Amino acid sequence: MSTTLEPPGAAAPATGTPDIRGAAVRRGDRVFVGLSRGAGILILVTMAAIAVFLIWKSIPSLQANTANFFTTSEWSPDAKPVVFGIAALLFGTLMTALIAMLLAVPVGIGIALFIAHYASRRLASTLGFVTDLLAAVPSIIFGMWGIQFLTPQLQGFLQWLTTYFGWIPIFQNDLGIYTRSILIAGIVLAIMVLPTISAISREVFVQTPRTHIEAALALGATRWEMVRMAIFPFARPGMISASMLGLGRALGETIAVALLLSATYEINWHITEPGGITFAANIALKWNEAGTIGLSALVASGLVLFVITLAVNMGARLIIARRSEFSGAN
Amino acid sequence: MADLTRREHDESEALLHEALAGGHLPRWSALGVAAASVAVAFLLNLTTGVDGVAGTAVVAMLVFLVGQTAWSFVVEGRRHAIDRLATTFVYATFVIAVVPLIAVLGTVVVKGAEVISVEFLTTSMRYATPTSEGGGIYHALIGTLEQVGIAALFGVPLGILTAIYLVEYAPSMRTRRLAHSISFFVDVMTGVPSVVVGLFVYTAFVLTLGLERSGIAASIALTILMLPVVVRSTEEMLRIVPRELREASYALGIPKWRTILKIVLPTAMSGIITGAMLAIARVAGETAPLLLTTFISQSINTNPFKGPQAALPTFIWDQFTNGTDVSVNRAWGAALVLIVLVMVLYATAKLISRFTGVKSS
Repeated sequence: MSTTLEPPGAAAPATGTPDIRGAAVRRGDRVFVGLSRGAGILILVTMAAIAVFLIWKSIPSLQANTANFFTTSEWSPDAKPVVFGIAALLFGTLMTALIAMLLAVPVGIGIALFIAHYASRRLASTLGFVTDLLAAVPSIIFGMWGIQFLTPQLQGFLQWLTTYFGWIPIFQNDLGIYTRSILIAGIVLAIMVLPTISAISREVFVQTPRTHIEAALALGATRWEMVRMAIFPFARPGMISASMLGLGRALGETIAVALLLSATYEINWHITEPGGITFAANIALKWNEAGTIGLSALVASGLVLFVITLAVNMGARLIIARRSEFSGAN
Repeated sequence: MADLTRREHDESEALLHEALAGGHLPRWSALGVAAASVAVAFLLNLTTGVDGVAGTAVVAMLVFLVGQTAWSFVVEGRRHAIDRLATTFVYATFVIAVVPLIAVLGTVVVKGAEVISVEFLTTSMRYATPTSEGGGIYHALIGTLEQVGIAALFGVPLGILTAIYLVEYAPSMRTRRLAHSISFFVDVMTGVPSVVVGLFVYTAFVLTLGLERSGIAASIALTILMLPVVVRSTEEMLRIVPRELREASYALGIPKWRTILKIVLPTAMSGIITGAMLAIARVAGETAPLLLTTFISQSINTNPFKGPQAALPTFIWDQFTNGTDVSVNRAWGAALVLIVLVMVLYATAKLISRFTGVKSS
């Protein structure tokens, strides 16, 4: 510890009075408490202000809207009459996030298991670093990579999927074009949320009480049985909230999706066909061409996104918090 | 035992082990099955419709899974077969984590390196068009450094102060309600999508308070995004500062605020710096809030308070969506610069935390 522990004489008040509740001391503490509490309150105010301003500024468009906000797919808020709704946005957002979750949750948990209980220490720390690096890549770069590298690579696979599994409605592709689809966006999102899921699961996995693990192994369990019987039951709340935090990130991801999707306002269940749009991508794409009502409509859609991600995140945090209260281990 | 040769001894050991633990696949089984599956996949590649490196690899993987599981099932029984299947899956996820990272970094480096030159780094886009060669990222580099710098100037101290409140002051307060809700909303704030923060800054500061769409508006958005990250990492660092240090200081009659400033913060400093740098790295690549709060500019503007100001992420967005070959190349060049910037911040932070700081044990 190379800290600068000053001798008492230097740090104590120069007056040297034994009364530690002296006015000078109290003033310093009061200022410091005030500053630090103020900073904390500023965070609460910011969260409240986000909600207030989004609600306030979305009112004009919601009043002008002649269509149903929740069931309309069309997005023409600057037309006369004003018609816009979030049906297509909601569908695209949920669908891309669902695909991302289906791919990323098993893989993310696998990575976390590998780091926590399968790999040698050295390999584990390297892989931990690799997943952290993956988290540090800006999302716009994932978007560009998705278009210029991943999409061409996936063409063969997607065609194969349609040829042999086209009888399943979602893999049907009537256009013969396999770019800019919801499926590709979902795959890129999956890669982007992997680090979130694996980092948090890993943290919970390594907290599994050593005694539980050793008891399982001593009873003759194979490693997988040990994972199922000792680690998963202990870590289940952590895994759930890790997935929910990943989901939150997938729902709100903007730029990568904006680059990857072709922005069509319709509900298309054929996930390998071009099309689809999400809340966040729509905001980024329409922002600079929107008029007054258009901006307000985008704010309204942002409000819905805010509420959804808020619910998902608060749920995840509550699950984690509940776990830390009753788990007596460690 | 003594008259047994070593070989006989080994054999009897193996027999005993088999009687107790059941059959086992030989040590080389994993490698053997892997080699066989690659061979099968390669044959299929030559003779059937399976093609491409990725396709062949997937087929090899599937053959490996089926082959090893079946063999293990016959020799070792169901439980071990499942265990081997799970182990293979867990190891496969390792590959799945590494492949995209290498692919992303590889693509950025290969495509970006073609564009990077001194001219690219030191000129703006003032006299370049989507179809003309030349032009560069100088204006965007200035914008990013200023915007992120200002955001750090606000975000880091605010975050540290909040963490100090949560760790040092809140536990000794009579009511903890405030601290609990701050702590909870810091966590929730981490999950607010960056585009929503952009919307907020636009509606609150630009529409309502009349701030210009400028570099400073972008900085405000980045501050909000970085704040919860700084709070969380600082909090963690403050918590592992040993209690004894604080108590020793109090015992000497030093007031709490001086103890925090002179004892606690210096002890946790390297960890706090690491956290701050990670937060800065995280927001440096944010694109969505910048698109909403600034106008994209092609010229140098060193004043973040006035007029449109470029930044690396919006530069990439602008050039990439132009769609012409020259523009897309410029976007990749800027992407390389951005990723190097982020990675340098990131690696430095990791190095600082590895070689200095409070040891938690």
